[in-house]
Amino acid sequence: MSAVDAETNGNFRTTEQVDAVVIRFCGDSGDGMQLVGTQFTNVSAVFGNDVSTLPDFPAEIRAPAGTLGGVSGYQLCFSSTDIYTPGDEVDTLVAMNPAALKTNLADLKRGGTLIVNADAFGKSDLSKAGYESNPLDDDDALAGYRVHKIDMTRLTRDAVADLGLSLKEADRCKNFFALGLVYWLYDRDPSTTQEWVKSKFAKRPELAQANLAALKAGSDIGYSTQAFTVHYKVPPAKLPPGKYRKITGNEAVAFGLVTAAHVSGKELFYAGYPITPASDILHELSKLKNFGVRTAQVEDEIAAITAAVGASFGGAFAVTASSGPGIALKSEGIGLGVITELPMVIVNVQRGGPSTGLPTKTEQADLLMSMFGRNGECPMPIVSCSTPGDAFDAAREAMRLAVEFMTPVFLLSDGYIANGAEPWKIPNLSDLKPIDFKHTREPNGKDGEYLPYLRNDRLVRPWAVPGTPGLEHRVGGLEKWDVTGNVSYDADNHQHMIDTRAKKVAGIADHIPEQPVEGPDSGELLVVSWGGTYGSIRTAVQRAQRAGHSVSLAHIRYLSPFPRNLGDLLKRFDKVLVPELNNGQLRFLLRAKYLVDAQGLNKMKGKPFLVSEVYDAILQHLGKA
Amino acid sequence: MSTSIDLPVLTPKDFASDQEVRWCPRCGDYSILAQVKKVLPTLGIPKENFVFVSGIGCSSRFPYYMNTYGMHSIHGRAPAIATGLKVVRPDLQVWVITGDGDALSIGGNHFMHMIRRNVNLKVILFNNQIYGLTKGQYSPTSPQGKRTKSTPYGSVDAPLTPVSVALGARASFVARSVDVDIQHLCMVLERAAHHKGTAVVEVYQDCNVFNSGAFDFASKKGEKEENCIYLEHGKPLIFGKARDKGVRLNSQNQPEIVELGKGISEDDLLFHDEKADDPTLAFLLSQMRYPDSPEPMGVFRAIDRPTYDDELNDQVRDVTEKLGPASLEAMLNSGDTWTVA
Repeated sequence: MSAVDAETNGNFRTTEQVDAVVIRFCGDSGDGMQLVGTQFTNVSAVFGNDVSTLPDFPAEIRAPAGTLGGVSGYQLCFSSTDIYTPGDEVDTLVAMNPAALKTNLADLKRGGTLIVNADAFGKSDLSKAGYESNPLDDDDALAGYRVHKIDMTRLTRDAVADLGLSLKEADRCKNFFALGLVYWLYDRDPSTTQEWVKSKFAKRPELAQANLAALKAGSDIGYSTQAFTVHYKVPPAKLPPGKYRKITGNEAVAFGLVTAAHVSGKELFYAGYPITPASDILHELSKLKNFGVRTAQVEDEIAAITAAVGASFGGAFAVTASSGPGIALKSEGIGLGVITELPMVIVNVQRGGPSTGLPTKTEQADLLMSMFGRNGECPMPIVSCSTPGDAFDAAREAMRLAVEFMTPVFLLSDGYIANGAEPWKIPNLSDLKPIDFKHTREPNGKDGEYLPYLRNDRLVRPWAVPGTPGLEHRVGGLEKWDVTGNVSYDADNHQHMIDTRAKKVAGIADHIPEQPVEGPDSGELLVVSWGGTYGSIRTAVQRAQRAGHSVSLAHIRYLSPFPRNLGDLLKRFDKVLVPELNNGQLRFLLRAKYLVDAQGLNKMKGKPFLVSEVYDAILQHLGKA
Repeated sequence: MSTSIDLPVLTPKDFASDQEVRWCPRCGDYSILAQVKKVLPTLGIPKENFVFVSGIGCSSRFPYYMNTYGMHSIHGRAPAIATGLKVVRPDLQVWVITGDGDALSIGGNHFMHMIRRNVNLKVILFNNQIYGLTKGQYSPTSPQGKRTKSTPYGSVDAPLTPVSVALGARASFVARSVDVDIQHLCMVLERAAHHKGTAVVEVYQDCNVFNSGAFDFASKKGEKEENCIYLEHGKPLIFGKARDKGVRLNSQNQPEIVELGKGISEDDLLFHDEKADDPTLAFLLSQMRYPDSPEPMGVFRAIDRPTYDDELNDQVRDVTEKLGPASLEAMLNSGDTWTVA
């Protein structure tokens, strides 16, 4: 659809209406790309588009400026329809320097728009990026794109010239120049960003003015330059009615945990140690002290998990969060939580591994660690998040299982969910139910004694807390006598306790929903997935379904125990495909438990699946490729 | 802690659990257990408000033998567990039971951070200079050259002095006593119980199986008076059976042993000030080690300093006052919102 706007100065511009656009801002890690990406996301979300984002930044805070290792990017998709991914191919790429161009150009689709800061293509910048000649002069290489070479640095300096800024300060505004230009290109209302700038720089009004001037200058360039012959409109999406906000996965985890505690009349205790990409959970919870949230940044990961054990013994809703390497350190403390049967949630925001691996990149390779990564027979429930907004529900569910079943619970998120953002329909408070629990206040034994390991029909032991008269008892890491909780080396008792703990966790399957399936519940191919790959895989499956193929999707939230109908579901399909950002961990579990010949689509590049990768694999497994 | 009006009168017996105590015969732990049971009933705290948290080691079986709440946890982590507990339950009196290996080797990190934060915890560090539970390896407090199963040719490690470590982390309360010195140990434990903040009590404890007699110098009658200086706040450092020797600072500000009389009076000696803001002198005392010099016993330092649990909970109250009571509605609706009709 296109229309011609009559512009007041006599220019005629074409406005093209499109359904979805993918933009990527990329530049040096000091260029403020995450900031402008977030601003564009906010403006689009407030406008009413569906949005999905993929921040991508280097692990180094400041790699040498202008080098390939220092490139920071922020990709977002905004759309007039429901979307689940930040998009496979980029429609508009904003590259602030040669290194950014070099590392990102391959993702720009043919015919896409390329906007570059031409001022940053000097000799030394080119050589830092490993270019022998200026790629902007290579018309053949750029022939497939709509290229706009703009002197952003010079134009930004001009725009802020009267404000008395240092050259360095002036140059730092060029990200807002780029943002203004893209706002013009996509017909965005900048007022949300303008308000943000004013409040952000309230104490430095000259910087606020400068950024606003740069934003306007960028927009003016779009308006006045003949080069931009088209600009685009993406109408609001038809999302379900309700009040919305933008939310990231880490925010949603924090909100979910606080909500679970608050509606249950409890306060949250959180202990953590900073680690990418989990730190924002600590940051968010630290702000929520008026909910009675006690946050402790402790000395290490081991202190974080054991402080959670102590707080849970004291009767608090206890949480710790980390990422893979930190979770590895917590293993012994988690085992203590399992044998003392105390409730707590352990959030693992997964990243590329092993060891320190790829700190800022996503992966989902800690599933087997969550299942088996402790000494002894040590079963634990595992709940996973599927999207940033879904993390709110997943976190509440993890806390429910922990408290109702007196056990540590893993909540698996990942770097993509943690930093990614999407519009989130704010839930109705009356829909948020309290967790069903009570602290034992009376003796439960025959002679007025307290039996800390006397179980109910769900095999759950009571939760009596210190300070309760008459219920004094000791727990600990050594094996317990059934019922009394005294230390025991008895052979049969050890077998019994191992069996009982396993049965308790397995029994959770009766208290979680059955596995839903998207599409028919039998057919040629069942795609099985979990975690943050949901968006890409769901989009690919829907595309295949629309093309008439016999494909369904089972996206698993409960990874331990599995939903009780999962085995039957798997057997109703000829083939099973399990796409994962690991080497086949869910596939391994499905094959082991259900003896199903599940096949894998596995990728470990620190990046989410592209829809096309999953779609191609589906066709291949259907024999239609 | 709570009003004392309705409190039943407690006795040491009330604190004995139904569990059989299983330490080696004549182990020093028995005495420490007995003194703790003696001190607790004097504190005016209901029995259910005590929690004992321990790590791993012979001493860490301690919570099983107390009829209070307790947790026998994992190696070295008792300070962190107790910190989490104390922060959410400031109404409880929480005791940490640990040993020289547990506190200073595998748990050295947590030990240090508990002290610098000044979490309101009572810590008993059982120091027998050996690993008893794992059957006789040297510990971080064993003297250099110590021959054990893992050091048949003598340990090459330099040892730590627990009191120095605690003072280095700015401990608000540090004391030392000996398992068999019943009255002294009771006095020190009682003072620790009343201290607000991390109270570290090092107890020299005899392991008669793997390291017998390591502390004879400080426990044998007739010898201990010559080998130890019993610290008292505001009093000069005097020792010896005849109380004829003392400690003063020389011109290099180092402690030197002097005989009283012969022109040296009490006024020339170093006076103990456990309340000094500056921990330098206390540290200097902690570095006096037998057999090079007599060893100080008693309270090295007892100062007032805000506790971590108070500060954290005060902050929660202050922020709540400032921001107003929690509203999920406000939290979920924070930031930019929009409505889809």
